[in-house]
Amino acid sequence: MRVRAQIGKVLNLDKCIGCHTCSVTCKNVWTSREGMEYAWFNNVETKPGIGYPKDWENQDHWHGGWRRRGNGEGRLEPRIGGKWRVLANVFANPDLPQIDDYYEPFNFDYQRLHNAPESRAQPTAKPYSALTGLPMDKIEGGPNWEEILGGEFAKRSRDYNFREVEKAIYGEFEHSFMLYLPRLCEHCLNPSCVAACPSGAIYKREEDGIVLIDQDKCRGWRMCISGCPYKKIYYNWQSGKSEKCTFCYPRIEAGQPTVCSETCVGRIRYLGVVLYDADRIKEAAAVADERELYQEQLRVFLSPEDPEVIAQARRDGVPDSWLEAARRSPVYRMAMDWKVAFPLHPEYRTLPMVWYIPPLSPISTAADAGQIGLDGLIPDVKSLRIPVRYLANLLTAGDERPVLSALRRMLAMRVYKRRQTVDGVRDPQVLAEAGLSEAQVEEMYRVMAIANYEDRFVIPTAHRELSSDDPYGERSGCGFSFGDGCNTDGVTAPNLFGSKNPRKRKFPIPVRVEIKRRLGGGEE
Amino acid sequence: MDYLNNLVFGYYPYVAGTVFLFGSLVRFEMSQYTWKTNSSQIMDTSRRFRVGNILFHVGVLFLFFGHLVGLLMPEAWYPYLGITPAGKQVLAMVSGGLAGAAALVGGAVLIHRRIMNPRVRAQSSQMDLPILLILYVQLLLGLLTIPFSAQHADGAMMLTLADWAQYIVTFRPGAAEFVANVPWVYKIHLFLGLTVFLLFPFTRLVHIWSAPVWYLGRRYQIVRLRQS
Repeated sequence: MRVRAQIGKVLNLDKCIGCHTCSVTCKNVWTSREGMEYAWFNNVETKPGIGYPKDWENQDHWHGGWRRRGNGEGRLEPRIGGKWRVLANVFANPDLPQIDDYYEPFNFDYQRLHNAPESRAQPTAKPYSALTGLPMDKIEGGPNWEEILGGEFAKRSRDYNFREVEKAIYGEFEHSFMLYLPRLCEHCLNPSCVAACPSGAIYKREEDGIVLIDQDKCRGWRMCISGCPYKKIYYNWQSGKSEKCTFCYPRIEAGQPTVCSETCVGRIRYLGVVLYDADRIKEAAAVADERELYQEQLRVFLSPEDPEVIAQARRDGVPDSWLEAARRSPVYRMAMDWKVAFPLHPEYRTLPMVWYIPPLSPISTAADAGQIGLDGLIPDVKSLRIPVRYLANLLTAGDERPVLSALRRMLAMRVYKRRQTVDGVRDPQVLAEAGLSEAQVEEMYRVMAIANYEDRFVIPTAHRELSSDDPYGERSGCGFSFGDGCNTDGVTAPNLFGSKNPRKRKFPIPVRVEIKRRLGGGEE
Repeated sequence: MDYLNNLVFGYYPYVAGTVFLFGSLVRFEMSQYTWKTNSSQIMDTSRRFRVGNILFHVGVLFLFFGHLVGLLMPEAWYPYLGITPAGKQVLAMVSGGLAGAAALVGGAVLIHRRIMNPRVRAQSSQMDLPILLILYVQLLLGLLTIPFSAQHADGAMMLTLADWAQYIVTFRPGAAEFVANVPWVYKIHLFLGLTVFLLFPFTRLVHIWSAPVWYLGRRYQIVRLRQS
């Protein structure tokens, strides 16, 4: 067992109202630059639909994620190919989306409204391409082109999650359904972008699990873009480097939620520490049956209450404040204790760490027959408007049982709280059917329904002092300096032209404390 | 004429070589963020581009290593490899001709795309088109030497040029004299070749230094501690 901690995330789709505040605030902070106009580190899709970039879930086309090879134990290889194949494709990547697979970014010529000469018709602000500056006659696509079921069903129903669903009926108005799916980098435990990078520029941080691209080391071989099955790495065509969601790491390090989470008006986003066993990742990701992947990932997670885990975590250098945060983590509770949150497309075998609570939906039969199908005391989950199979294809590689159980629990919580607050009756029997206790449901209600700031975001600050070998030596150094003494000129390390790292002054000499072993005693 | 010959083929190689090495080092050291392939594939990933780009890269890589080995391998080693100068020249003309033709076709696709595709044009940095055109002219010059070489089937001309290259890289005096009397097309080809080295650090060509061969030997996953 090797214990590592990660800041995980859960999005409660049951409460997402599709307002795109997350996308817009993220855009304003991170990607409103030349070269990144088309890139959305966070975007919200209306499902069913093919999404952004087009058809991203179809790995038969894009070849993202991992492929399991061999029988028995099995071995994983990026689906774009092994190392030789990746290098052979480096001149012309056959799996790279073209910008039109996202959309051609555009602006509007608003100035025209001010300076147009007098004319019989109102002047218009014509669109122009943000790539070339040329006028665009027609805008062919956008980051949210299927907003609220926009477009024909025939096109939207190419959605990969309709696998093994008789989908024709959902094209009829009376049977249509929708949900919002906000997406961002999954900060996977087994990231295939890292594996695909020929330069070794992408890495996962040991302290908090955030996956980042070293912008100095990236050479623009663009294999990560194909490697990531979620298509959440973007090529900055201006800088020639790949960029991705940083999980707002400067904020996370300071104990603040990411921008998308902070600004979420529906309060659907949760951030918290999850402890996991790094030694089990390989095995879990390579399990033969892809429907097992969700359960396997649960087995990678470690209980923060287990004394053995705590002891090992301390040995592996996880700070106590992180262990404390792990015990209060909303993410762990939703994923492990209540089992209401699920990974997005576990079949890609990347072990994603941004999880989703499936949405409830109106009872579809109620309108038709005037009566609700009941499953004991709670409404029958199978009569919900969104087919369970669709959600299972999205969240559990097609295994309906965990999704059914989660939906049942959420419905039970509603019925119980409704009885309690409207009728003034305690009705524990409702809960028993869903396998919940009253204490649990009160907790669920507090975290999932009320969702106070403190309950949503339990983020321990980074321990900067632990990542420096001489924190005392840094005292009264240059502060923010780039290595060239105290004059900063954009260089990030001591350079060729003489200078030393002002952060490592090497004095006073750090005192090393060695604890002598007692004769006959155990360790230390 | 002697003066000019000595300047261009005696001294210029060292100027170009120094700028090539030192310039690359400084750029890597001071401005690694600019060290990139500068791929424009996202703007246009048509089949035409993919095939053209592969032809260009494979052709140029073959030519580069062909020149490297062909020019720098001492004549004394030929017998051990079982080849004669004449045989080696035929090999060089045929394989170089084929690789050159491939690169020429690929290069034409790339130049056409870079000039005619407005998206690619918008993405280009200032040296992208000039260096592509220079390489293209260099390719043409290289192919033009083939008929000249055909007139000296004994390989003597090839050995003279190899002597020049070997004298240059081993810092022996008098290198320029070897090429004083070679036909003009070789001279221009040599001069432009040296110029490519001179311009190298100021263009996207620096990505050649970073050919990701290390990828073959590394583990798939990389976990790093946050550094101070």
